[in-house]
Amino acid sequence: MITYLIDLGWVNLAYLVASVLFIIGMKGMTHPRTALRGNLISAWGMLLAVVAALLANGLSYQWILVGAVLGGAVGAITAVRVQMTQMPEMVALFNGFGGAASVLVAGAAFMTAAEPDLQMTIATGLSGLIGAVTFTGSLIAFLKLAEKMPSGSLGFPGIKAFNGLLILVALAGTAWLAVDPSSQMAYWLVVVVSCVLGVTLTIPIGGADMPVVIALLNSYSGLAAAATGFVLMNNVLIIAGSLVGASGIILTQIMCKAMNRSLGAVLFAEFGGAASGPSADDVYGGKVKSTSPAEVAMMLETAQRVLVVPGYGMAVAQAQHIVRDMANILEARGVLVEYGIHPVAGRMPGHMNILLAEADVPYEKLREMDDINNEIAQIDVCIVVGANDTVNPAARNDPHSPIAGMPIIDVDRARTVIVVKRSLSPGFAGIPNPLFAADNCLMMFGDGKKALTELVQALKEG
Amino acid sequence: MDMLIAAITVFVLAVYVGFEVITKVPPTLHTPLMSGSNAISGITLIGAVVSTRTDNPTLATVLAVVAVAFAMINVVGGYMVTHRMLGMFRKKR
Repeated sequence: MITYLIDLGWVNLAYLVASVLFIIGMKGMTHPRTALRGNLISAWGMLLAVVAALLANGLSYQWILVGAVLGGAVGAITAVRVQMTQMPEMVALFNGFGGAASVLVAGAAFMTAAEPDLQMTIATGLSGLIGAVTFTGSLIAFLKLAEKMPSGSLGFPGIKAFNGLLILVALAGTAWLAVDPSSQMAYWLVVVVSCVLGVTLTIPIGGADMPVVIALLNSYSGLAAAATGFVLMNNVLIIAGSLVGASGIILTQIMCKAMNRSLGAVLFAEFGGAASGPSADDVYGGKVKSTSPAEVAMMLETAQRVLVVPGYGMAVAQAQHIVRDMANILEARGVLVEYGIHPVAGRMPGHMNILLAEADVPYEKLREMDDINNEIAQIDVCIVVGANDTVNPAARNDPHSPIAGMPIIDVDRARTVIVVKRSLSPGFAGIPNPLFAADNCLMMFGDGKKALTELVQALKEG
Repeated sequence: MDMLIAAITVFVLAVYVGFEVITKVPPTLHTPLMSGSNAISGITLIGAVVSTRTDNPTLATVLAVVAVAFAMINVVGGYMVTHRMLGMFRKKR
């Protein structure tokens, strides 16, 4: 039993206040104006909870300090150095650390419990299971997002059955733990099996589904913390963990809806499923028109409304700043420039928004998909920068397309569409895009940053 | 058993509050929301700290200290990077 230097009531009160601060902090995230303050309130909550925990009797303060300094330094350096384009992999990695911490805390608590009761053993097993899946699953997601391993779907025949078997073994290990609470072995069996499970669950998921995976792992990291809260019977862990769990689930739902995919279809994706439908030659054959920066600059001379639709390609090319430069020139001429953001553009929820915020684009200029689709016919020139599947009209027109039914930004309904892209290569979905062959579409081939730099040059000269 | 039910009550209510609050977060803030929740999931730090008791077996202390390090990466890194990102939303005008 943990005792404290002060009355336990005060400690629990501090935990309660911390929990309330987390909720108020998250509420601050509902508007860009209050978000910064919300984050600070949440951080104060964390500080309060940590100070309360440090008042427990008999702690090894010197070792806590060692761990805290090491972890704090790594966290601080990462936070300062990470580039905005790298946010998806950083969040993925941090999700994993959260899972690992839960595995270790549950393990330590279980090891030192005098007489673990049924609820503690089950909670311990679940902490190990969820935490370990989160840990290795996030490491795989990190490696895929950082392109340190192939980002597509990997696996082997029968991987689904294999995963099912692993889940059964992990649950059996938890049951073993419940029956024989003295068995440390059972816990580590659950952890090892779940570590393998995290890998085999994540490797078949790739490409366009990555935003779903990090949102889901985000949720798992919270659920793992909540499960650890049940091990320690600590309310602040349960509350904070379930807030994060709920947040991740909501983002997962939003991402799935934006791709018209069910969560089950993402999680249990058929390994190696090849894209079907018309070939690139059928779609493009002689119908693709290319253009030059000078020509686009001339077109923009007469435009009154311009919409920029960014995709992951903008992040790769680091083109957000030059996009902003272009918008500045056009706005100085009285053109209304806005940005159409597809919910799954990029590799994590809100990825495009932070890149554009980094480039000083006011958030009022970022329009959501449904919102801008209503006005798309009034757009004179729509500039697609590194987006592909999220603007593919086949999703709307071709019921047999692999992306049929996925909501898209209807750029093909704008008066003129300029697509800035290296080549006609397909996006994550691996299918050709009839937009590129449309009458009102012109391709400006080239690296996003380079092509737009030339365009900005042409605009300045024009 | 009573304690378990009390804990489950807290869990269910907190999930509900989470759904209510997070549903209102605009897409523009989804990335900071995720990094901010990274920081909050570092709450395991509390569990890690109280597991470092000196009367514990050495192995338990080792696990707890490693957990402190992992959780601190989340807490410090999560809050700092979120702060950095949100600062970019604010600096205009």
